[in-house]
Amino acid sequence: MLKQPTPESAPIIKKRISDPLPVQMALIGLTLLFFITFIFLPLGLVFAQAFSKGWEYYLESIREPYALEAVKLTLTTVAIVVPLNALFGVTAAWAITKFNFRGKAALKTLLDLPFAVSPVIAGLIFVLLVGSRTPFGSWLGEQGIKIIFSTPGIVIATLFVTFPFVARELIPLMEAQGRDEEEAALTLGARGWQIFGKITLPNIRWGLLYGMILCSARSIGEFGAVSVVSGHIRGQTNTIPLHVEILYSEYNFAASFSVASILVFLALLTVGVKVTLEKQFQKNSFHH
Amino acid sequence: MNLEWIKKITITASLIAASGLPGAVAEATTVKLLNVSYDPTRELYQSENAAFAQYWQKKTGQTVQIDQSHGGSGKQARAVIDGLDADVVTLALAYDIDAISDSKLLPANWQTRLANNSTPYTSTIVFVVRKGNPKKITGWDDIVKPGVSVITPNPKTSGGARWNYLAAWGYKQKQTGSKEQAKNFIKALYKNVPVLDTGARGSTLTFAQRGLGDVLLAWENEAHLILKEFGTDKFEIVSPAVSILAEPPVAVVDKNVAKHGTGKLAEAYLNFLYTPQAQDIIAQNSYRPRNPAALKKYAANFPKIKLFTLNEVFGNWRSAQKTHFNDGGVFDQIYLP
Amino acid sequence: MELFQGKRRNILPGFGLSMGYTVFYLSAIVIVPLSMIFFNTIPMGWEPFLHTVTAPRVLASYRLSFSTALFAAIFDAIVGLLTAWVLVRYRFAGRQFLDALVDLPFALPTAVAGICFATLYSPVGWLGETFAKWNIEIINSPTGIVVALIFIGFPFVVRTIQPVLEEVEQEIEEAAQCLGATRWQTFRKILLPHLFPALLTGSTLAFARGIGEYGSVIFIAGNLPMKTEIAPLMIMSKLDQFDYAGASAVALVLLLISFSMLLLLNAVQEWQQKEYR
Repeated sequence: MLKQPTPESAPIIKKRISDPLPVQMALIGLTLLFFITFIFLPLGLVFAQAFSKGWEYYLESIREPYALEAVKLTLTTVAIVVPLNALFGVTAAWAITKFNFRGKAALKTLLDLPFAVSPVIAGLIFVLLVGSRTPFGSWLGEQGIKIIFSTPGIVIATLFVTFPFVARELIPLMEAQGRDEEEAALTLGARGWQIFGKITLPNIRWGLLYGMILCSARSIGEFGAVSVVSGHIRGQTNTIPLHVEILYSEYNFAASFSVASILVFLALLTVGVKVTLEKQFQKNSFHH
Repeated sequence: MNLEWIKKITITASLIAASGLPGAVAEATTVKLLNVSYDPTRELYQSENAAFAQYWQKKTGQTVQIDQSHGGSGKQARAVIDGLDADVVTLALAYDIDAISDSKLLPANWQTRLANNSTPYTSTIVFVVRKGNPKKITGWDDIVKPGVSVITPNPKTSGGARWNYLAAWGYKQKQTGSKEQAKNFIKALYKNVPVLDTGARGSTLTFAQRGLGDVLLAWENEAHLILKEFGTDKFEIVSPAVSILAEPPVAVVDKNVAKHGTGKLAEAYLNFLYTPQAQDIIAQNSYRPRNPAALKKYAANFPKIKLFTLNEVFGNWRSAQKTHFNDGGVFDQIYLP
Repeated sequence: MELFQGKRRNILPGFGLSMGYTVFYLSAIVIVPLSMIFFNTIPMGWEPFLHTVTAPRVLASYRLSFSTALFAAIFDAIVGLLTAWVLVRYRFAGRQFLDALVDLPFALPTAVAGICFATLYSPVGWLGETFAKWNIEIINSPTGIVVALIFIGFPFVVRTIQPVLEEVEQEIEEAAQCLGATRWQTFRKILLPHLFPALLTGSTLAFARGIGEYGSVIFIAGNLPMKTEIAPLMIMSKLDQFDYAGASAVALVLLLISFSMLLLLNAVQEWQQKEYR
């Protein structure tokens, strides 16, 4: 997964067979064309609108208290969701790839399921589960526990929506790596956690990191499911995407897109983190 | 192999978590109220809340913080039913509050508890057309003509859209006395509708920003807001001779205020909406005030339209909803081949 | 745990712990909440259920959701393969930047995406103007839905193909070339079969996601009954009538279809892996 060329393998990379230049140019051109129409233009629109009233207005809109509250809520959600789903992803991948058991395909399908569930349904199920119409929900209400229409609801809905990302990333990777290394360590007398920490974890770190990045990107941007469980209380239960929508329906386009641009920056930031960590790792592994 | 990278991730994550912890709880002297409302009232309640906070501070010395939640009227009602802790609801139509009362959060006779059917302000349905009125639209009969493109949201998902629909139906039924003709009229009208957005604001954007349609059916207050936001040089308002009296009701959610101990405050808040000061703000936001003095003061904004009430034509909201908008109702029928 | 006892002896430790946690977490976050759809449909009874999910408007919305998601998934498969290939195999200025932007559809809220596309492709928008000249309608038509779904599903395809393509051993290609195969033959006969499972997975995920997508589509679809009304919107409009059972019924059908599709996909892959061994 995302192997960076190490010094030893570099010469091989150079020698690698490649397509003729015109083919390369044509394929890159086609890719660019797609990126322009489907990625750059929407992105351009976001920034064009964000800066349509000038820099100062832009800064003002993203420093506005409600916007800051939304950013805080979104980051809180990400900080809870990503570690939980990462922990789950690693555990599930360990169980699925290191052991044989019946019903594996069904289990894997269940892991994928949240991808296929409409965000509308993803929000609805939690309302049906812990909404105050239900016995369980009204009991929770009597205990003074609020889940939906407050932060826990937003966190749970986001957990659901981003549930498969880490596991999805790790399972194929660990399947490809097999279990020989771990089994060898076992015969050499290593204990379970040692095997995991010294062998498995280093082997899967890029997959894990990558899954976590996708997971955080998606939790930052989730709109549909969160919108159902949020309650839309300004300054309290509005995440960034919801705040964007609110500003937009207030006809405050410039502010709305300014806040949306924060999301773009956050997305780029996560990728930046990934690139930096990759470089860092390359340096470290080189010294070994 | 070192585990440096794990440490880094952990540190980053915990930093994010620390910076993201929810802010401190509001001070004890502040009392809180949650007003769950529908989409177009954002600007109205921003002003009303500020005015009420001042009024309440003067009266009791308490600082009051009013939180707002806005969204489609039906969705908001559903959220309250499912546990959104609204102290007061201010929705687009009585049917939505009826639904809340069905789940026993407030008594069934809620609408009799405040003056004027619990509607401190009213509005009506008007047309917004492009500058110069190129399609020469002056009344309801003009918008069903072939070649006129009408923008209105989906009555299934938007409260405003239901008022639009009922206004058109009521106009025809009152004019001809025939439900059959009214139905045909509605059929012709929706033939002219190229897009059904899920909410009133979505329709406004389709019409004003994306340049679709010749005429937008809108709340009167939204029509004024469109002119303000998008420019009087681009659009103009056409008021039909006859339209519906749209009554967006307000109510205290008894169960929730009992839980929060905010009953007095919530009641005072809604009663405040009937005071001359609040009625003035209502008129400034282009809602029709109940107070005659305020209505007179802003008469220029509210041209004389012959307004009929929903009850006159449809009996009540429950039956209107059932006949027209529920699954298999008239609205569904006009789309079936 | 008896059920899960396998044929090959599992010698590594931690099966009970990891499997236990997996099943617990899966149940808490996914299965128990999703079962609510089922439990809310049951009280309806069989007849009303059938009546609800086979109403003409509902059927039309299924048709629309499936066909647009399918078109989008096919388009994504082609463009995703192309993008992954270009990003992995070629070195050019700005490559990493493009690589970074692949994830954008995940991070950009779907509503923002929908608004952007509706604005771009509206008759007065940057792209819509051009299309309007050719009399091609994008927004408020199924085409618009496809456009939005292509955007939503794109990262799924790229991100599943990319790692596989990275791992492909160049020696195989070299060998094929030595044996006189043309570049195109090598690609079609050697690489494509190797990439196919990933391509299938990616586009199935894009497809499944497309069926359920709501936020971006409602801004661009037009939402006309029988014509441009997507299935998730049917759920929403039932909810707005406080018809929880009806909404659950439509949701249940969508859920079952998506689930069986994924199950089929995983079965096909399992089978392919066995073939491969």
